[in-house]
Amino acid sequence: MTPEIGHFALGLALALALIQSVLPIWGAARNDRLWMNSAQWSALGQVVFVGVAFAALMSAFIKSDFTVVNVVENSNSFKPMLFKVAATWGSHEGSLLLWVFILTIFGALVALLGNNIAPRTKARTLSVQAWISVGFLTFMLFTSNPFDRVFPPPLDGQDLNPLLQDVGLAMHPPLLYLGYVGFSIVFSFAVAALIEGRVDAAWARWVRPWALAAWVFLTAGIALGSWWAYYELGWGGWWFWDPVENVSFMPWLMGTALLHSAIVTEKRGAFKSWTILLAILTFSLSLLGTFIVRSGLLTSVHAFAVDPQRGLYILGLLALSIGGSFALYAWRAPTMEGGGLFKPVSREGGLLVNNLILATATGTVLFGTLYPLFYEAITGGDKLSVGPPFFNASFIPIMLPLVFVMGLGPFLSWKRADLVASGQRLKYVAIVSIGATLVVWAMVRGGPVLGYLIILLAFWLLFSVLREWAMRIRLFDVSFSEAWRRARNLPRSAHGMTVAHAGLAVLIFGLVGSSVWKSEEILFVKPGDEISIAGFDVTFTGAEKVRGPNFIADQGTLEVYRDGTWLTTLKPERRFYPVAQSTTTESAIRSTMAGDLYASLSEPASEQAGAQGAWTLRILYEPLVNFIWIGSTLLVLGGILSLTDRRLRVGAPRRRSAQGAQVPAE
Amino acid sequence: MIRVFALAPLIIAVVVGGFFLWGLDPDRNPNALPSTLISQPAPEFSLDPVAGLDTPGLARADLLQGQGPVVVNVFASWCVPCRAEHAVLTRLVEDENQTLFGINYKDKPEDATRWLAELGNPYSRIGSDLSGRAGIEWGLAGVPETFIVGGDGTVLYRYVGPIVGEKAVGTFRDALEAARVWDKKQGQGS
Repeated sequence: MTPEIGHFALGLALALALIQSVLPIWGAARNDRLWMNSAQWSALGQVVFVGVAFAALMSAFIKSDFTVVNVVENSNSFKPMLFKVAATWGSHEGSLLLWVFILTIFGALVALLGNNIAPRTKARTLSVQAWISVGFLTFMLFTSNPFDRVFPPPLDGQDLNPLLQDVGLAMHPPLLYLGYVGFSIVFSFAVAALIEGRVDAAWARWVRPWALAAWVFLTAGIALGSWWAYYELGWGGWWFWDPVENVSFMPWLMGTALLHSAIVTEKRGAFKSWTILLAILTFSLSLLGTFIVRSGLLTSVHAFAVDPQRGLYILGLLALSIGGSFALYAWRAPTMEGGGLFKPVSREGGLLVNNLILATATGTVLFGTLYPLFYEAITGGDKLSVGPPFFNASFIPIMLPLVFVMGLGPFLSWKRADLVASGQRLKYVAIVSIGATLVVWAMVRGGPVLGYLIILLAFWLLFSVLREWAMRIRLFDVSFSEAWRRARNLPRSAHGMTVAHAGLAVLIFGLVGSSVWKSEEILFVKPGDEISIAGFDVTFTGAEKVRGPNFIADQGTLEVYRDGTWLTTLKPERRFYPVAQSTTTESAIRSTMAGDLYASLSEPASEQAGAQGAWTLRILYEPLVNFIWIGSTLLVLGGILSLTDRRLRVGAPRRRSAQGAQVPAE
Repeated sequence: MIRVFALAPLIIAVVVGGFFLWGLDPDRNPNALPSTLISQPAPEFSLDPVAGLDTPGLARADLLQGQGPVVVNVFASWCVPCRAEHAVLTRLVEDENQTLFGINYKDKPEDATRWLAELGNPYSRIGSDLSGRAGIEWGLAGVPETFIVGGDGTVLYRYVGPIVGEKAVGTFRDALEAARVWDKKQGQGS
């Protein structure tokens, strides 16, 4: 019965979404309060009904209801409960339901919390949000119903892909979707503004918290996915430039640009049409990600089952939403410019450079990701793949100047900055950064010049961020208690920026350390073999069979010594899941701040050798790799800190924005 | 001018969308690898031996001299599955006296030498493809990859990935057997 309730609830949600698509926006056109306010209730109704559907599907998974096709295909009665729950969004249909659920959550949040938004803007925004709802609800109901039944029901399910049975990955899609879909609100705001034909500071102030929240989730989602790849895939890498990784990274890059350009729109009234374009682009790239993952368009390890019919439907949705919003943009944007003038050397100028670099980087990633498709279409069937060499060679040089400008930017004042004065302040930062890099060089020796250049830039960023923060609270200029008082009075968003920018510097250290100074050995080991790597002596004592809840594993044992002292035992596993008939690697990691010693067991050396205990072992030492996760955490914390800023707090600046809404942008 | 700029996103989106529409053709499988070389003459190539190894190098002409079909295996010391596959290939040479040639793909000669010293060298010729040029000629998708070439230099079969496990070895042996029959017929015909 429950699945039918879920199915029915989706139908009701669609009905509400259809009403919400028309009534509020019409009400805004004829200035009818009642019609506009109907969005309030329909948005809440949608989230309730989609929530019921989601709960119904989850309960089918929890109860292992094998009359539901989706449960049969993605679950198994032997699976641990956590993964039964997580399997709810493990399939195409289930993840789509989660997608729509989050979409309606954001719609309801705008309805509930957006009291400070001008009523007409809010009504239009909610209508646009409902258009997206209609698109995805029909997609789900017509092509991908998660509640389809099967008769006769099988005795047990086929199990979820074992690679995906992992705590990190169970949380990865919800976070990523909160990010992707969170940008839908920003998109709806942008389209509403285009329909209205004006953008002002108040608009930018409404948009920023939503963009920031979505960005925080997306950052956390990407970092979690990357962390999962690091310890689960067994290759010791955390980023592979796989199409599916790229499609999550592009909205992040655009969203980052959007956060910064919205500041200019809010504070200086400039970059209006650019901010609108970024808002549209960010969500368009999120939709593109949804499309690529589900259409089988590109080769990827992450892709869902290929179904051209579904692909065609999403492409239609894409054409309507992206094509429609771009057409609207082409029509309205030219009338929208104007606003604060500024000199090239100014805070605005710095943020412009930031935006240009981020946009170029996004374009590069997009081009690299889609190039195999372009190439195949143009040559009529030839295939090629674009891998890490392209992305590393193109993306890194584009981003390095950004890191430099990030150090400089916060020192520039709005409108017109004094480069000499800023240079004076940054002189010591530059000297200290060079000194610190030389110290690193003296300690490490060896390695490419580019590695040290990136380290220099990361130090530059870190120290200039700290310098700027110290300058704001006048640390060392005034008494400590006075500096503390100033720090407390500083807006949260300023602290947020400091934390996030410092987080990026930390992340860069991890990125460089773990890729440039990585040591890697791939070799055959027999019991008793000794390997030395990066100053560690590792002894392989053998492998034995162990049994897990729904898998059987070969577990290797490695004793790790340094300078004759025993440090730890690593137990990498190779797991075989009989139901899903597939194998995963479970790497073993000795993690310290200095770096990770990472071991993973691959195939037995040959078919017979397995019995004799010889295995292929991959062992790596990745210096500073944990800085990546720490840096990512700081990025997220910085975002959250900024989100709690008084000015951004949703609902708080009611008085000011109500005035702002009265002032036309032109 | 501003109008043109404002139109640019739409135009780009339409072009990209056109490619997407093309890409959704249900007959198109992005994972399938075209085997353009099958039934075609093997590509022209000439590779020096691996420095420091006694095994001679490999060129196209060498493919024609053997009795019956030859197996050309592309391997590298940095490739993990190649290790697993090595035993299968060695058995092929030892049990069936199959002629096996190797293309050592983008590998440092000293690494390759060490690798072969450790595992044994079943190859009667090995060409060192440091630049990856021959790999392009052969249309490699990755390493390892194994080709069966008829006595007249025609590429008869291509196996992508390691020939490890019962199923893969079976498939490959069947292909090799078919190639031997085919080759014998060709020999009688001419």
